[in-house]
Amino acid sequence: MSTLTEAPPPLAPQAPDPRPPKRRGRWTPYWLLLPGILWLIVFFALPMIYQASTSVQTGSLEEGYKVTWHFAAYWDALSAYWPQFVRSVLYAGTATILCLLLGYPLAYLIAFRAGRWRNLIMILVIAPFFTSFLIRTLAWKTILADGGPVVGALNTLHVLDVTNWLGWTAGDRVLATPLAVVCGLTYNFLPFMILPLYTSLERIDGRLHEAAGDLYARPWTTFRKVTFPLSMPGVVSGTLLTFIPAAGDYVNADLLGSTDTRMVGNVIQTQFLRVLDYPTAAALSFILMAAILLMVTLYIRRSGTEDLV
Amino acid sequence: MTNKTDPTGDVRLTGIAKTYGDFTAVHPLDLTVPQGSFFALLGASGCGKTTTLRMIAGLEEPSAGTVHLGDQDVTALPPYKRPVNTVFQSYALFPHLDIFENVAFGLRRRGLKSVRKQVEEMLDLVQLGEQARKKPHQLSGGQQQRVAVARALINHPKVLLLDEPLGALDLKLRRQMQLELKRIQTEVGITFIHVTHDQEEAMTMADTVAVMNAGRVEQLGSPTDLYENPGTTFVANFLGTSNFIEAEVDSKSGDDIVLKAGGGKLVLPEARCSAPASTGGKVLVGVRPEKISLTHADDAGEIPEGRNRITGRIADSSFIGVSTQYVVDSPVCPGFEVYAQNIDRDPRLVPGAEVVLHWNPAHTFGLDAAQSVFDGTEGSAGVEEAA
Repeated sequence: MSTLTEAPPPLAPQAPDPRPPKRRGRWTPYWLLLPGILWLIVFFALPMIYQASTSVQTGSLEEGYKVTWHFAAYWDALSAYWPQFVRSVLYAGTATILCLLLGYPLAYLIAFRAGRWRNLIMILVIAPFFTSFLIRTLAWKTILADGGPVVGALNTLHVLDVTNWLGWTAGDRVLATPLAVVCGLTYNFLPFMILPLYTSLERIDGRLHEAAGDLYARPWTTFRKVTFPLSMPGVVSGTLLTFIPAAGDYVNADLLGSTDTRMVGNVIQTQFLRVLDYPTAAALSFILMAAILLMVTLYIRRSGTEDLV
Repeated sequence: MTNKTDPTGDVRLTGIAKTYGDFTAVHPLDLTVPQGSFFALLGASGCGKTTTLRMIAGLEEPSAGTVHLGDQDVTALPPYKRPVNTVFQSYALFPHLDIFENVAFGLRRRGLKSVRKQVEEMLDLVQLGEQARKKPHQLSGGQQQRVAVARALINHPKVLLLDEPLGALDLKLRRQMQLELKRIQTEVGITFIHVTHDQEEAMTMADTVAVMNAGRVEQLGSPTDLYENPGTTFVANFLGTSNFIEAEVDSKSGDDIVLKAGGGKLVLPEARCSAPASTGGKVLVGVRPEKISLTHADDAGEIPEGRNRITGRIADSSFIGVSTQYVVDSPVCPGFEVYAQNIDRDPRLVPGAEVVLHWNPAHTFGLDAAQSVFDGTEGSAGVEEAA
C-alpha cells in the first residue's frame, strides 16, 4: 500500500485553462487606451466636474464662491439670456442651411465633375485654414464695411430693401447686423460642411448613377432617389460639424455684430472674463451644451441615418 | 409569346463607332440582332464589346453611326428614354434600398403606383421571394446577380443588355447561372445581348455569337458555325484550340482543293476555305484537335483511304480522364495538338512513338495564309496582357 501512497496524487480532472494562453496580452488594449483616457480625464472630465460645481456656487468675487447647490442659477440664467439662446440657434441654423446650400453643389462638383481640377479645388477649400480664424473674420469687416463695394452693390440691386424689411440689416449698413454675423458664420464653417459631404459623395459608385439612368430615372430623379440618400451620412456629419461650433461661436458676433446680435457665446464670454460671474457663465455653458445635445439627438433620430453613419 | 419574325424589335447598329482621342475603341460596325435572340459579344477585354453594349444602352455616345431599336432611331436618346435595360458587371444594386425597392425602381420611375404584384412575381421568377426585405449587401453574389436581372427584366425592355454578368461568380455558380439565364430568356422571350470574354459561356448560352477583336467583329454566326468553320486564325484560336499547317495549293478536284504540305497531300473542301485558293498560292490549313485520330506508325496500313494524314512523333501526352491530350511534333507543324477519347487506348502511344495523324477532310478548314497563326491565343489577344 505504501507504494500507492508514494505515488503522485491522482491528477484531479484538470479543467481546461479558461484563460487564453497569452495572458500578458490581456491588458494590452487597456494600456493602449491609457493615454487617451488620461487626456479625456484631465481635459474633459475634470473641467466638466469643476464647471458643474461652479454652476451651483453662490457668492461674490470679493468673498469667494461656495457650493450651495444653488440650482436656481440655471433658471435665472435662462430667463435672463433666453433671447441670446434663441439668436444662437437661429444664426447657427441659418448659417448651417446656407453652408449646405453652398457646399453641396461644390462638393458634388469636386466629387463627380472636377476631373483633374479636383485636387486644386480641394486645396482652395482648405486654403483659408492657413490664415487665423480671427484675421479671416476681421477681413469680413473690411468686405462688409459701410460704403464698401459689397454694400454699394447690394444697395444698387435693392437687396438691402428686402433684408431691411426682413430685419436682417438696418438702413444702409450690413456690418453690425444679423446678416453680417450669419455671413461670417457661413464663411468660417463652410469647409466643415464641404469636406464630409465630399467624402460621402466621392464614395458613391458612379455605376449607380448609370444604373438609375438605365432604369428610367431622369438626372434630377437620380439625384433625389440615389445620390442624395447615399450622401446622407455626409449631410448629417456636415451639418453637425457646422451647427455645433457655430451655435457656441462668439467671435463672429463680436467682430461683425452689434449689441443686438449677441449670441449665447458672447454672454458666456462676458460673464467669465468681464463680469466675473462664474456661476452664471458655467450654468449658461451647461444649458447650451444640453440644448445642443438634445437637438443633435432629435436630428439624428429624424434623419434616420443610424445605419448609415 | 413574342413573334420572333417581327422585325420591329430588332436591334440595328449602323456604322457605329467610338473613338477616345487617338484610340479607336470600336471601328465602324454594322450589326443586326434579331428580336428574341440570345446574342453574345465575345472577345478579350479591351476589344470594344463593352463599349458597343454601352452605346446600345445610351451610356456611351457613339462617335459615328446610329442605333435603331426596331424602327426607332434611339442614337440621340438618353438612357432613361430607351426601352433597354442593363445588368451591370458588378450589379450596381442600390445599397440604400431593399431588394423589393431595387426591383421596383424602374416601375416607380415610370409612374406606376401599384407595383407589389409585379415585383413579387418577378422575385419568384428569380427565386428570391423570401429575400424581398433584405438589403443587397445581405445577399450572396449569386443572389445579387439574380436581383440585378430581375430589376432589369421587370421593365419588359425590348432588349436586355448583360455586361459580363457572371464575371464575379465562382465557376460552379457560373454554370448554374448560365442555365438559369438561358431558362429566363426562353421564358420571357426578350432579346438578350450578352457581353463576355468566356468563350464557353458564349457558346453554351447564345444563339448567335459575334467574336470581336481590336474594335472589329471578326466573325458572326452560331456557336457551331464559328467553331467548325472559323474565318480567321483569331476565331479559330479564341474559340477552342486549332492546329495550323501552311500548305500550297496544288490542284482542284471537284469540290475539293488539293494542297501540298511537306511531302504529303491534304484535301480541303472548297466550301470550307475562306481564302482565295489559286494554284501555287498559300493557304493555312486548320483542324481541331478532337477531330484527329492517332495511329501508331506500324499500323499505318489500316488507316482507311481518303483521309488526310500527316506523320509525326509524340512529344508529350497528358491524361485528363475523359481524354488524353497529345502534343505531336510533325515536320509540317511543330506542336500539333490531338485530343483522343479514352475508349481503346493503344499502349504504344507514348512520348517518342512514331505516329500517323489522320482525319476526315470534311473537318479541315482553310484560312488566309497572310495572318499570324497565333492571333487569339493567350497573350496575343490585343491589349489584355499589355499591362
